[in-house]
Amino acid sequence: MKNTKAENTERENTKQKKTEQENTEQNTESQTRVLHDTVALRRVRYTASFVILLLLTGILFIWNVNSGSVDLSIREIGQIIFQRTGDATAYNIIWQIRLPRILAVIILGGALSVSGFLLQTFFSNPIAGPYVLGISSGSKLVVALLMVYFLSISKTMSSGMMIVAAFIGAMLSMGFVLLVSRRVKRMSMLVICGVMIGYICSAITDFVVTFADDSNIVNLHNWSLGSFSGMTWSSVRVMAIVVGISLVITFFLSKPIAAYQLGEVYAQNLGVNVRLFRVALILLSSVLSACVTAFAGPISFVGIAVPHLVKSLLNTAKPILVIPACFLGGAAFCLFCDLIARTAFSPTELSISSVTAIFGAPVVIYIMVKKKSG
Amino acid sequence: MAETKEFEKENNQDAGYYFRTENLTVGYDGRPLIKEIEMHVQRGEILTLIGPNGGGKSTILKSITRQLKTIAGTVYLENETIQKLSGKDLSQKMAVVLTERMQSELMTCEDIVATGRYPYTGTLGLLTDEDRKKVYEAMEMVHALELRGRDFKAISDGQRQRIMLARAICQEPEIIVLDEPTSYLDIRHKLELLTILKRLVAQNQLAVIMSLHELDLAQKVSDQVICVHGDKIDHYGTPEEVFTPDYIRQLYGITTGSYDPLFGCIEMEAVHGAPEVFVIGGGGSAIPTCRRLQREGIPFAIGVLHENDIDCEVAKALASKTITERAFEPVSEEKIQEALEVLRTCGRVICCVSSFGTMNAGNAVLREEAERLGILETVKEDVR
Repeated sequence: MKNTKAENTERENTKQKKTEQENTEQNTESQTRVLHDTVALRRVRYTASFVILLLLTGILFIWNVNSGSVDLSIREIGQIIFQRTGDATAYNIIWQIRLPRILAVIILGGALSVSGFLLQTFFSNPIAGPYVLGISSGSKLVVALLMVYFLSISKTMSSGMMIVAAFIGAMLSMGFVLLVSRRVKRMSMLVICGVMIGYICSAITDFVVTFADDSNIVNLHNWSLGSFSGMTWSSVRVMAIVVGISLVITFFLSKPIAAYQLGEVYAQNLGVNVRLFRVALILLSSVLSACVTAFAGPISFVGIAVPHLVKSLLNTAKPILVIPACFLGGAAFCLFCDLIARTAFSPTELSISSVTAIFGAPVVIYIMVKKKSG
Repeated sequence: MAETKEFEKENNQDAGYYFRTENLTVGYDGRPLIKEIEMHVQRGEILTLIGPNGGGKSTILKSITRQLKTIAGTVYLENETIQKLSGKDLSQKMAVVLTERMQSELMTCEDIVATGRYPYTGTLGLLTDEDRKKVYEAMEMVHALELRGRDFKAISDGQRQRIMLARAICQEPEIIVLDEPTSYLDIRHKLELLTILKRLVAQNQLAVIMSLHELDLAQKVSDQVICVHGDKIDHYGTPEEVFTPDYIRQLYGITTGSYDPLFGCIEMEAVHGAPEVFVIGGGGSAIPTCRRLQREGIPFAIGVLHENDIDCEVAKALASKTITERAFEPVSEEKIQEALEVLRTCGRVICCVSSFGTMNAGNAVLREEAERLGILETVKEDVR
């Protein structure tokens, strides 16, 4: 009698243990399932976003190749691009004018957006960007001064020199903005300071341009307003190398960028060498925006609008995704704007900044209204 | 030279502390604020910094987490100086929960917790399944699983602190440094957070250094307490050693009111003057009445209470006159007479107990006398 009782309890015990075990197994199973579900859901969104961005860039690429003062059919264009045959004039238009311009738009538009994203991270300020902070204008000023000088001694500047000049200008403006940002913490004040720097630089540039006497000054004037026209293959090569290297470095910095987004102290606790990292951010964003200004002049609002749109599309601010998506988004945005700049009032070409401002500025206003915090 | 090194090593091992500082001086911009800090904590222990606001608790915490350059002295983590550790090594050993708000953009709570895995992920910072599991477990530990998909910006202060703690857990540290983790939390969330912390310390054999400004909590949760006062560590010891009424008064420069070390709570200053009300209490029944009278600004006397009675602690802080009897002794005739004299000078008598036992049977006399004088008011026990 006693025995059976003991046996019974034992049996019950093992039974209980078994169910407990099953329960925990079930738990971990459902746990991993839930984990995978959320991860999978996010992956779908990320993939879809990239597909959309790639498609947009692709479509706009073709559209851009296809539009201009000379109308060409898709078949003709295909022939010219892939078989390298066809009407000589059309061939030249495609290969010497449209393709380098479109590639430049893609490279520079992408570079500008990534530069904006880096600056926003650096200042932890959603409306920071190379144009708004006066960095583009700083570049413009130094490049214009050098250009006028070179024109006066009847020489032309190489693209490398242009980039170096633009970089120096960018660093000067950046240095000033950094000084200001130490004293004022409010994002609106920082932006106002940037805009003021921009005005000062533009005023000096205008001054120099007005009093320089040369027929080439017309070009300089166009450039100082921002334009993608007159791109050559050699400049495309230079910008591809400079932007390419900077982007690769930026991409491999996405881990510390992610940590830095949490705030400086937390980044430091996670093992980021904050001082070194800040220098890297400044250099990279300056090189990228300097490269843009050197070739296409100052371009407004792309650096703020695109990162914001891209983040909303991805629904994340993870740098590892945002950096490549920014590049694609910037390319698509600039292709679209350049298309309008070229064709809207053809044969007169609009400055690229006027178009980007129309589409970009509302986004900036939206961000500011949403933030409210001033 | 070799000998000194050997000696030092031996000394360090003798100490056996996971974390300790040696002659540490901290401050801003090279200006020393607090000098000669010697503190240490073992794994499985909580060390709490208390002291007046602006007294330098945060400065010490910032210095031992390397956010602030130390001015002199050394911080040891497992016999290694903290200054020599690489950023990554340190981040695998030490996690922080700071007062600075963590910035987040489009980040769910789960994303925030996952940032704790940073020191363990590869070049691109991608999370493995193992990492995700650790994130899940950390969130489970702080009872925050239901917050996983919520936007970090859209949760309450209490939830935010739990998420920050989960993030610290996820970092798999050996020591966690928390700067006033319970500020801005309501009482329930304060308790919740500290309960989790306490369990964590025991389970994972963590060392914890934190600053608290709630003395009652500090007293209950800490293994060691450090008082930061002036330019030095003023007091260092177990809560029992540190939390004496006189010391707390002195530390915080309290001039009005009092601090009760038994309950770790503060009482307002007593209303002085000739008692207008006489309170008959015992066993905690009179505490609400005492506090009410104090609020209303009415000086009162209370008696006869045993010295070990819970009412006695509060009465001493609030009553203008307290008549007490030695613990575990029946209330003596002498004390009754003393109480009666006071009672007769009062306009009102409030009796907070409905019956008397063997030890305080004498108090029944007080009640009868009050009834006879027609000034007796009773407080129902269940109302308190």
